[in-house]
Amino acid sequence: MYRISTQSLNTLFEEISRVCTLYIPSENKKGDSVYTRYETGVEYSNKLNTVRSPKDFFFPQMENLMEFKTEGKTVQLIDIREETEDFVVFGVRPCDVKSFEVLDNVFLNEPVDTYYKNRREHGVIISLACNRPAETCFCGTFGIDAAKPEGDVSAWMTEGYLHLKPNTEKGEKLVSAISGILEECDDTAVTALQENINNIMKKLPLANVTTEKFGGGKTEEFFNAPEWAALSESCLGCGTCTFVCPTCQCYDIKDFNTGKGVIRYRCWDSCMYSEFTKMAHGNNRLSQKERFRQRFMHKLVYYPENNNGLFSCVGCGRCLAKCPISMNIVKVMKTLGGKDNG
Amino acid sequence: MAEIKDPLMPVIGVITDVRIDTPDIKTFRVVTPDGKKAFDHRPGQCAMLSIPGVGEAMFSITSSPTNTEYMEFSIKKCGCVTEWLHQAEVGQQLTIRGPYGKPFPVDDVFAGNNLLFIAGGVGLAPLRSVINYCRHYRDRYGKIDIVYGSRSKDDLLDYQEIINEWATDAGVNVHLTIDREQEGWDGHVGFVPNYVKELGFTTDKIAVLCGPPIMIKFTLNGLYELGFDKTQIYTTLELRMKCGIGKCGRCNVGSKYVCKDGPVFRFDELDELPDEY
Repeated sequence: MYRISTQSLNTLFEEISRVCTLYIPSENKKGDSVYTRYETGVEYSNKLNTVRSPKDFFFPQMENLMEFKTEGKTVQLIDIREETEDFVVFGVRPCDVKSFEVLDNVFLNEPVDTYYKNRREHGVIISLACNRPAETCFCGTFGIDAAKPEGDVSAWMTEGYLHLKPNTEKGEKLVSAISGILEECDDTAVTALQENINNIMKKLPLANVTTEKFGGGKTEEFFNAPEWAALSESCLGCGTCTFVCPTCQCYDIKDFNTGKGVIRYRCWDSCMYSEFTKMAHGNNRLSQKERFRQRFMHKLVYYPENNNGLFSCVGCGRCLAKCPISMNIVKVMKTLGGKDNG
Repeated sequence: MAEIKDPLMPVIGVITDVRIDTPDIKTFRVVTPDGKKAFDHRPGQCAMLSIPGVGEAMFSITSSPTNTEYMEFSIKKCGCVTEWLHQAEVGQQLTIRGPYGKPFPVDDVFAGNNLLFIAGGVGLAPLRSVINYCRHYRDRYGKIDIVYGSRSKDDLLDYQEIINEWATDAGVNVHLTIDREQEGWDGHVGFVPNYVKELGFTTDKIAVLCGPPIMIKFTLNGLYELGFDKTQIYTTLELRMKCGIGKCGRCNVGSKYVCKDGPVFRFDELDELPDEY
C-alpha cells in the first residue's frame, strides 16, 4: 500500500495527468459534483457522488458509430472507429465500480460491443471508499462494501493521507508510473477507517433492505402483482431514473443526415418511454404501469436470471435523490418484498 | 481495433429484383455488390436492413438457406423504412447485417415428422423459408400441410410459387382461404382459424404458426381443440429491435430477448414468459 498527503492531492493529479488524461469529480457552477477533465486549477470535490454516473466513460450518452456516403443508388460505409487514448478516472465510488461489472455482462458478452470494449480497455479506475455514506445509500443491499472499493486502484482518504492500493495490472502500471511522489505504508490507518465506515453503514436508514425475495425465476411471483398499479400511478415517464442510473444500458440507434452524408449514432434510451417498444404493428407496453414494471423486473428478476444472480442495481441512490415524484427501487423492493424488508 | 468487426456494422447490399406480391407487399432480392449472398442463415432467422438516413429495421429472411445465390425479403409497407423500400428500384444499395435469432429446429425436432404450416397475411414471409427448406430436403420430412389465408386473393403472398411449385409437390397439401367472397375465386372462403378446425388435422404432426396476433390466438385454441399440445406448436415473434444482439433492451420479454433467444419459440416456452409480446 502507498500513501500521499492530502495536502499534495493536486501534485498527484498533476503527476497522473502527465501520464494520460485524468478525470476527477469537481463542483460545477451549480455546486453539483461532476467528472471533469483535470487541468491545473480544477479542484477535487469530496461530495459523496457525482450527479451523473461514470457509465458515460464507457457507454457515453451519445456516440457516433459509423458514417455513410450516399450518391444516387450507391451507399458507402465508413468505419470511423479509432483506438481510444488511455485515461484515468479518479474517485469512483464502490457502487459505481460495481456498475461496470453489470455493464460488462451486457457489452462484453458475445457478440462483443467493440465501442465499449475499446474504452473499457483504455480506462483505469481509481476507486474511493465512502467515508460518509448518505441516507440514500444502500450498496450493502447488493453485497457491495463501501469500505473496500474495487477497481484498478483502490483508494482511501484517511486523516491527512490518501492511500492507494493497486489491484490489477493496469493499476500497478499507473502506480509505478507515479511512484516518485508516493511513499509506502502499512494498512493500519485504512483498517481503522474501514471499521468506522462499516459502523456507519449498519446505521443507515436503508441498511436493512434485502434482495432476499428477488432474483432469477421470480417472474411469475411478481409480474402480475397488484402492487404495480399503485407503485407506478404517479410515474411521469420522464426517464430521469434511467439516465442517472449507472447500470441502465438500453440504447437507441439513429441516423443523422448531415447534408454531406449520414452519421449513424447510438444514444441512451429508456424503457420508461412510450415510444421505446412502439412499432408499426402496435406497442407491447401500452401503459406506464407496464413500462415501470419492466424497469424494475429487469433489475430485480430478469437480469439476475441471465447473470448468475447479479442484480442490475448497485444501490448508489441517485434515483432516490432525483426522481421528481420520489418513486424509486427501494420503495419497489419494500412493497413487493414484504413488510419485513427494510 | 478496425480489424475486429463490430456486430452493429453492416455490409452493403444491392436490390437486384423487386417483385410486387400484393397491393402492400413487395419481395426484394438482395446480394452484395459483387453479386454474392451477404451471409448464410438458417430457416426462421432475420436480418437488419437499413437505408442510411432513413433507418434500420429487422426483417425475416423469406428465402430458404438452400438458395445459395441471394436472399429475399417480403416486406409490407407499414412504416418509415418499409415505405422507403417500397419506392426503391433495382440497383438501389442498402445495408444488411445478420443473421439474427434462433432458427426453427428443422434438422432435429422437425426431421421425420409431418408438418403443418399455418400462416395469415404477411405471416407467410418467415414461414416460406422453412417451407422451401423442407421441400428441398423432402425425404427428411413426412407429409406437409400448408394452410394460408389472406384478406383477398390479391393479398396472398407468393401466390404463383404456391400454385405452381408447392401445390404440385408430392406429399404437400396446400389449403388456401380468403376472408370474403371474391369474383374469380373458387377456393375456400373464411378465416384461417375456422378453416384449420374444418380441415380437422390429426395431431401426429408439428404445427408452425405465423400471422396477426388475433389469428394466432384463435388458431391456437382451434389446435388445442383438435388435441394438439403446446410442445407441438411453434411460432415466430416480432418486437421492435435496434441492435439484434440482445443488448439494446428493446425486445426484452421476461429474461428473454426476442432477437437472440427467439424469434422462434415453442408455445410451452412462451407460457413461461410474461404476456408482453
